[in-house]
Amino acid sequence: MEPLLLPPIPDYHRIEVYEAHDGYAMLKKALAMKPVEITNEVKASKLRGRGGACFPTGLKWSFMPRESAKPKYLCVNGDESEPGTFKDRQIFECNPHQLIEGTIIACYAMGIKAAYLYVRGEYKHWIDIVQKAVDDAYAHGYIGQNILGSGFSTEFTVHRGAGAYICGEESSLMNSVEGERGYPRVKPPFPAQNGLWGCPTTINNVETIANIPVILRIGAVAYSKIGAERHPGPILVGVSGHVNKPGVYEMPTGVPLLEIINTYAGGVPGNKKIKAVIPGGSSTMVLRGDALDGVCMDAESLKAAGSAVGTAGVIVMDEDTDLVKVLWRIARFYHHESCGQCTPCREGTGWMEKILKRFVDNNGSYADIDLLRDVANNIEGNTICALGDAAAWPVQSVIRTFRGEFERRVRG
Amino acid sequence: MNTSENNTGLSEANLRRIEQLKAHYQNPQSVLLEALWMWQGEHGWISEEGMRYVANLVGAPHHHVLGVVTFYTMFNRKPVGRHKLEVCTNVSCMLRNSERLLNHLEARLQIKTGETTPDNRFTLVEAECLGSCGTAPAMQVGDRYYENLDTAKVDKILDELK
Ligand SMILES: Cc1cc2nc3c(=O)[nH]c(=O)nc-3n(C[C@H](O)[C@H](O)[C@H](O)COP(=O)(O)O)c2cc1C
Ligand code: SF4
Ligand code: FES
Repeated sequence: MEPLLLPPIPDYHRIEVYEAHDGYAMLKKALAMKPVEITNEVKASKLRGRGGACFPTGLKWSFMPRESAKPKYLCVNGDESEPGTFKDRQIFECNPHQLIEGTIIACYAMGIKAAYLYVRGEYKHWIDIVQKAVDDAYAHGYIGQNILGSGFSTEFTVHRGAGAYICGEESSLMNSVEGERGYPRVKPPFPAQNGLWGCPTTINNVETIANIPVILRIGAVAYSKIGAERHPGPILVGVSGHVNKPGVYEMPTGVPLLEIINTYAGGVPGNKKIKAVIPGGSSTMVLRGDALDGVCMDAESLKAAGSAVGTAGVIVMDEDTDLVKVLWRIARFYHHESCGQCTPCREGTGWMEKILKRFVDNNGSYADIDLLRDVANNIEGNTICALGDAAAWPVQSVIRTFRGEFERRVRG
Repeated sequence: MNTSENNTGLSEANLRRIEQLKAHYQNPQSVLLEALWMWQGEHGWISEEGMRYVANLVGAPHHHVLGVVTFYTMFNRKPVGRHKLEVCTNVSCMLRNSERLLNHLEARLQIKTGETTPDNRFTLVEAECLGSCGTAPAMQVGDRYYENLDTAKVDKILDELK
């Protein structure tokens, strides 16, 4: 597959280079279409969000009211703080104009007059790259008033976060843009009715939006034929941990995990066996290394395998990995990042961290294994936002599939 | 970073930028994070005085600013060393030996994680995932990322950070 999100063109992040390769041609094309035609095209492409939940993008756009007395907003989610995830950063660095072009097309399709790109505070270097691209795009008339003489106007603001994983959760992100603490909001109401400042708002991931110009360029039908049938398109897969060539790889959806690990990422150092794989960032269920045959990087296949695509951040662990310690570190992360609004999440993540620490220190008991599972089960489904579930899933899956690891620790 | 203590506000350039940014949002309070970033950039950390100043600037109550400053982990609520070393110890970095890196830094700087060297040059802390998992282990110092680290590289970086 020809790379569609990260073309290997030198200096593609510069506006002249992007323009020289037909950059912003899809914005021109879009502005000549009816807004609803664009949303229909995105629907027909079967693009699903790349931010973690795989929600159909065209459907999400169609939830936005056509007519609205209040202004409408787009938030582009570049918070990228899920452990194991480092793909949006690659778009900021190598292809910011495709992100901008996609954003303006999305705004036009939904009748939106202002877009906010939310980027995690740590990414200052990448914020500077994107801000430069935004300034250039304004200067070239792709953003701002009366874009390319179409009569359509929209603004683009880069908003810097300040260190909080939870701000990647969409309602928390909107609070953060409003200058509030990043507390998730209770849903409903959903953002399409009541989002930023109480106005209709759509939130999409950076990679999702970077796909929009691609859909217009190759057409929805061709796009929908890339990769997995029910979850098509190019996808950026970040591979980290015990592999020879960690990095971000663009590929069609549906590539077998073993091919991703062994071919794209060069296999496991020392040809060691794979003990476990986290397929989609730390919030997804852990898979056993000996159960990877036939499991592919797409929503349906990973669901059938008992996990999820998440952010497509594949973390590979070789046979010598101390999985209990890894799980403790993940639990510590969620405890640290819990915003504290819901008791099951606030207390439960702390308990899980404590119990797992007992195992790490070889002080865990058999009863602790069940206690840990019960705590995880009591968090899942009982919280305002999905951080609680995200904290529970890795724990539940490791207890289910690697119980022996805990029992060995108890026996000492 | 300008850490001069007699400087009590924000620079003219930053003040102008804040006024421009306010026009980008429905509510001026939206520039709060950016204003706090500017204060930290000019003063190194966010003092009581800084919070009062910023509250006034964006038109938010002081307790609101306090709540925001304490919510976001990148805001320093007390002075830190000239260089804050933030070593990622999350999973992908852990799998690539970030623990050894942290131990090495503690030994070399003769401080524990969370502390600042007596000469005020370095503060050492653990970080959550920095989004450098493919170039792990990684460390952030100020706005800069250092990646694919090993102990030899870390030694070299410390020598360069004056
Ligand atoms: C705790 C938590 C953290 C999240 N972090 C991110 C993130 O960093 N980036 C992102 O795009 N989505 C993140 N999401 C998902 C968003 O809530 C939202 O579903 C997504 O941005 C929608 O975009 P998409 O439909 O294009 O995938 C997070 C969700 C949760 C519950
Ligand atoms: S689930 Fe956790 S992070 Fe989400 S709102 Fe509740 S306490 Fe906050
Ligand atoms: S785990 Fe260290 S940068 Fe992601």
